[in-house]
Amino acid sequence: MKIKNNYQAGIQEMDMTPMIDMTFQLLAFFMVIINFSEADNNQRIKLPSSTLAKPAERPLQSPITLHLTDAGTVLCSVEEMTIPALPTLLRRERALIESEGRKVSEANVIIRADKSAKTGKVQELIKVCQENQFEKFVLRAMEKVD
Amino acid sequence: MKFKKSAEPKLELNMTPMIDIVFQLLTFFVFSLKIVSNEGDFGIKMPLGVSQGVAENLLPPIKVRMLSNSDGKLAGIRMNDRAISSFDALRLEVIGIVGNDSGPGSVRNEAEVELDCDPNLNYEHVIEAISSVSGYVDNNKNIIKLIEKIKFAPPRA
Repeated sequence: MKIKNNYQAGIQEMDMTPMIDMTFQLLAFFMVIINFSEADNNQRIKLPSSTLAKPAERPLQSPITLHLTDAGTVLCSVEEMTIPALPTLLRRERALIESEGRKVSEANVIIRADKSAKTGKVQELIKVCQENQFEKFVLRAMEKVD
Repeated sequence: MKFKKSAEPKLELNMTPMIDIVFQLLTFFVFSLKIVSNEGDFGIKMPLGVSQGVAENLLPPIKVRMLSNSDGKLAGIRMNDRAISSFDALRLEVIGIVGNDSGPGSVRNEAEVELDCDPNLNYEHVIEAISSVSGYVDNNKNIIKLIEKIKFAPPRA
């Protein structure tokens, strides 16, 4: 017996509009919050935490970020060096600051030291910076939320 | 005059390539995202020289000495040559010194802390000490500032 196919199977079109809306919103969200900068953040450094550490209200003037590892080496951008080798980099930074007509004494050296780094190494780092006319130091810590 | 409607086929935009690209971008941004905690700063001003701010400060600095054991752990705290049991006790001592007055010329504004640490001490204890002397969070989650002038003593050999 021949069964007549009365069912007209048309192409079912799904309404894609809500999905596209949501996807674009997610895309916009991730694009806004993403930070590609490696200068202020290095995953090798485990910062000490403090309840008083709050993000700065205004950007620091002429910031130079130095990461001090637990092994006592210094990371600046992608360069890794020992503390005695640091003056070369500091002289370069100093020349750059002076060429822009700013004072080296007003520049801020941000020290992101690992919590297991030795205090003697932090002091040695500060001393090298002082010898290169840097006076303002910022010790960075992670915000501790109770 | 009546115009006859032309029977044009409905134009449908092919969305597939756009959705493909958008999903690829979304995946890229999701995997590139690094979730990091907020970071905060403790400012210290240390010009090179013997005076290191003493000339502009009439009060002698509060000396906080921190001793370490061989593996860098904290072995003891001393404030002006007196033994202090913990960082909380150090904070109470500082509150006792600076009192409640604030504003220009107050002890809170003028006092300075000098940290004298063993070279082997782990840095996290330095941040704990700085946190203890520079302020505390009260019951209403407000930050009460204590001493903001902090410096390091010359490094010990």
